[in-house]
Amino acid sequence: MRATAAHGSPGGRVLSLASVTTFALEGVSSHEVTVEVDVRRGLSAFTLVGLPDRAVRESRERVRAALLNSGLDFPQKRITVNLAPAHVRKEGPSFDLAIAVGVLAASEQVPSEGLTGSPLCGELSLTGEVRRVRGVLAAAVGARGCGYRRLLVPEANAHEAALVGELEVHAIPSLARLADLLHGRWKPERAAARDPVPTDVSEAPDLSDVRGQEDAKRALEIAAAGGHNLLMIGPPGAGKTMLARRLPGLLPPPSLEEALEITQMHSAAGIGDGRLATQRPFRAPHHTVSAQGLVGGGNRPMPGEITLAHRGVLFLDELPEFGRAAVDALRQPLEDGHVTIMRGQRTLDFPANAMVFAACNRCPCARPPDGCSCTASELGRYLRRLSGPLLDRIDLVCQVEQTAALVLVGAGEGGGRSEAACERVNAARGHQRNRLRETSALCNGDMDGRLTRLHVPLKPSLAGQMLAARQRLDLSGRGYDRVLRVARTIADLAGRDELGPSDLDEALSYRLDGLDLLAA
Amino acid sequence: MSACDSCLRRSLLVGLLARRIAGLLDRPSTRVAGLLALPEAELVRAVVGKRAPRVMEAVDGRDLTVERRGFARRGVMTVCRHAESYPSLLNDLADAPAVLFVVGAASETAARLARLGDEPAVAIVGTRSASSYGREVAHSLGRGLGAAGVPVISGLALGIDATAHRGCLAGGGMPVGVLACGPDVAYPRRHRALHRKVCEEGLVMSELPPGTQPFRWSFPARNRIMAGLAQITVVVEAADPSGSLITSDFARELGRTVGAVPGHITSRVARGTNGLLRDGAVPVTCAEDVLDELFGAGARRVPPPAPAARAAPADPLLRRVLDAAERHQLVAAIAADAGTTIPAARAALGRLEAEGYVARRELGGWERTLGTGPVLGAAYPGEP
Repeated sequence: MRATAAHGSPGGRVLSLASVTTFALEGVSSHEVTVEVDVRRGLSAFTLVGLPDRAVRESRERVRAALLNSGLDFPQKRITVNLAPAHVRKEGPSFDLAIAVGVLAASEQVPSEGLTGSPLCGELSLTGEVRRVRGVLAAAVGARGCGYRRLLVPEANAHEAALVGELEVHAIPSLARLADLLHGRWKPERAAARDPVPTDVSEAPDLSDVRGQEDAKRALEIAAAGGHNLLMIGPPGAGKTMLARRLPGLLPPPSLEEALEITQMHSAAGIGDGRLATQRPFRAPHHTVSAQGLVGGGNRPMPGEITLAHRGVLFLDELPEFGRAAVDALRQPLEDGHVTIMRGQRTLDFPANAMVFAACNRCPCARPPDGCSCTASELGRYLRRLSGPLLDRIDLVCQVEQTAALVLVGAGEGGGRSEAACERVNAARGHQRNRLRETSALCNGDMDGRLTRLHVPLKPSLAGQMLAARQRLDLSGRGYDRVLRVARTIADLAGRDELGPSDLDEALSYRLDGLDLLAA
Repeated sequence: MSACDSCLRRSLLVGLLARRIAGLLDRPSTRVAGLLALPEAELVRAVVGKRAPRVMEAVDGRDLTVERRGFARRGVMTVCRHAESYPSLLNDLADAPAVLFVVGAASETAARLARLGDEPAVAIVGTRSASSYGREVAHSLGRGLGAAGVPVISGLALGIDATAHRGCLAGGGMPVGVLACGPDVAYPRRHRALHRKVCEEGLVMSELPPGTQPFRWSFPARNRIMAGLAQITVVVEAADPSGSLITSDFARELGRTVGAVPGHITSRVARGTNGLLRDGAVPVTCAEDVLDELFGAGARRVPPPAPAARAAPADPLLRRVLDAAERHQLVAAIAADAGTTIPAARAALGRLEAEGYVARRELGGWERTLGTGPVLGAAYPGEP
């Protein structure tokens, strides 16, 4: 913050100028905003420029009351506040603190030296207390990105901002304390991050809770190991949701950087408690969700479900019931790993790198086959809603059934626990990282057609096998690539460097193509 | 070759009344068969009542020469019941159509019609929501009969009908499509490509003039023509009640043979066929069963390559899994039965499918096939 006072300038006017840095949330990230405050003699007025929205405009009343109630002075002068860059729309109350400090500095009530290079953000209450704001983590990440070392945030948000280890974060309880700090009368301690969300192993959903369904568990393990999107087909109550809830636990735990990303998305959306996420997110939007709710957007752009599921799992139960527009909107994020939203003159980018776990019934009535009364055209309509761009991104398909009979037959033990599967998944991911280290892909599921053919070379004998299968089964080009990707993951799970014929065979059995979905 | 004036006039009248008849049939008391058998004047009175004179006027106003020219332009041939090429079997019907509107390969149509009149033909009908088992059987029957030179009559509907025709085409036979709309109208639209292919290789016919859209009453009406044209009507899969059973009822009334393919007793679409078997229909398990019934036991065979079951695979695990797939449909159950792990069972199933021994049902689940190769799904480029 700089404050310049120029007494006796031309015309004998007294004028004073201060500028304060803050970070404004936009989407899930933040950008730097400079708050310039100009205080000069004249009729008492307070003008706010730089595309402020209603909440920002109202900050004038909060700032005035907070200053007066903190025993500070609100100058009866002509005050002009500019929020730069002026062409970006400013939203929300997080500018309050910066504006108040700007007024203090410009009217020379506080020295500004102590604050050089320390951005701040916070909402003011009329009493002068500093209230919590949304997306402080994004502000902290932004501040780090802009090279700042220090950040002043509301006390209630301090632990969240402190997740960004490189920043010295100070918790500001009230405007009066901030003035003390600027005067050097108060030395706040560096805020510490709270302990991460504890992971209670006994509480976490475990694979052994699911009785039987060994086939589905195998598919789940392959999906987790290769980051493949998955479609499960089966009647209600067969355990599709139960299986889906166990997928995040099968994935390797998020790295620190990933955890920070996850927490940042949630912080920007105003969910979570500001502690570091240690689990991958699991989002299960209802099928009535709009395209905007799924991929984000809106007048004030909010992240959608796919962004909230970033680095985790997006579960789409009853896939055919989702709106066509909503499902189609998923195509771009699933291909690129992020959502691009155009808004006014700005383009927002939401990270959206999630695995999709989709589930559907065999027919719209969802009754067992002998009680099903669906007509051919109803079934056709139901399944046609399935087909489309999303199915192009689904690598594995697997059928689940009611388990009662299977459990009775002999799967008495609950099957393997998650830990064993986790270890296999981790090892398989390790092989993939090794192989794909020079590419943008993190796992086999991320490979596009070119990468697939580059990293899954086929021996002549296997090429012959695939050629025969391709002709016989009428595989499309993309379907062919999907089989190769899944086969690669199956080999990775088994720790094999070289693809075997059985890997290809097993991958073929999971393919979506050729399921005569629309055969008539 | 063209229909005589009085027959053509009657057919145009039926076409004109089609929409009216649809309204009439909302009252279930009126029967199609009786209605279409009525003489012209009574038919009109029964359908439109007081407005009969206006309808008669409209029909009288049509210039038959112009109409004929229009049909010729659309590639539609008209055959009336007084023509020599009119399939004589149809005359068994009390309400035989006055005119058949026929579409086919221009140069071949007459010869094919003659063949349909001279040689015994088989109708293969069934449900639109067929199981993959039903489709496989329909395809195999169509193919065997087609290869043995027997015309296969069906309705070009979804499910069994279309699959039987695809089989017939695959066997190099002559498919005969009987439609519930004008012969040039591809209904359902999804079968446009199949409609075209059947026109090229066989015949598509209807009693309704070209361009007429289908009505609910015209489906059972079409079924009577299918039953009338065929020596044997084979029902592959049918719920009860269903349109396929209407066809077999017509066949029975005409004194023709009815065959039925046995199905799972638990399956909804086997209820109709199993019921037919109980009532004395001929059990049909392969094309040869139908040929025996038509020509006498062993008189005509399906020429090789016969769609006979293939030898089991050599690999013992593949054989065990294939056996298990006969008893179970889900991978977990198949693996348990074959005494192997899930991944191994998956790999075996993938291999067996690629080699044509098993097929996946609509939405997952595995089934052993006859081993005649992948027969299901779209067969021609352009078919969705």
